[in-house]
Amino acid sequence: MRRMLMVAVIATLPLIAAGCGEKLTVTVYKQGQYQGKPDSQPWDNDQFKGDRVAWEKAVKARNVGQNEYERIAAH
Amino acid sequence: MARMKFLADAERCIECNGCVTACKQEHEIPWGVNRRRVVTLNDGTPGEKSISVACMHCSDAPCMAVCPVDVFYKTSEGIVLHDKDLCIGCGYCFYACPFGAPQFPQDGAFGLRGKMDKCTFCAGGPEPDFSAAEFRKYGRNRIAEGKLPACAEMCATKALLGGDGDVIADIYRRRVTTRGKGSEVWGWGTAYGRPEKQPAQPGAKS
Repeated sequence: MRRMLMVAVIATLPLIAAGCGEKLTVTVYKQGQYQGKPDSQPWDNDQFKGDRVAWEKAVKARNVGQNEYERIAAH
Repeated sequence: MARMKFLADAERCIECNGCVTACKQEHEIPWGVNRRRVVTLNDGTPGEKSISVACMHCSDAPCMAVCPVDVFYKTSEGIVLHDKDLCIGCGYCFYACPFGAPQFPQDGAFGLRGKMDKCTFCAGGPEPDFSAAEFRKYGRNRIAEGKLPACAEMCATKALLGGDGDVIADIYRRRVTTRGKGSEVWGWGTAYGRPEKQPAQPGAKS
């Protein structure tokens, strides 16, 4: 009986200890490892054919184009 | 790599709702879903301010933290996107978002919540780029076309800037230092004249 009690206490200890654990509640960034489908990079398509530099150049031109001080000076 | 952000300039926004219309038209958004909207503070009083609001693609997005089915992910450009195939429409992201960005289409006669829909920064979703499935679920993928969001590019007064956070912050900084403050600000002083140029009131002490 005493032995059974000891085994039961030992078996219960990890469960009690698990209750003291504290898990992180902040989401950690996991590219392509979230629950959903992985996404491709914006330059991996028929238009840019994997040319990241060309894509960045196109986006940068659009970025700078929002500055009317630059646009007015250019004309 | 660029970190994509939106920046809304309340001094320039004229509440034309061009950004809202551009978004609706670009992605064929259904009735009842507003990925972007214009909020006006002190509406109707002189000096009212308007600001265009949508998903701000937070660096530490609360929607990502609360989602019980982990449908959110962040692209290498810092754009917060989600997989609609897994969304259960619970609405936790709506309560967590400080901008009210997540939208839920009303499906059926009893107003059932559909899958969450939000601004994608015109970057589509996890479906193949330019596919019909991507357009149907998330709208057009302008980022993969080397373009910026339609709302920012269509903004007539450039009150809404979108793109690389560093670049648009530089644009805004230059704008603020150029236009000054008070009635010097673009728009008000130009339209109604500066206070020092107004004629003196008759009988006023000089």
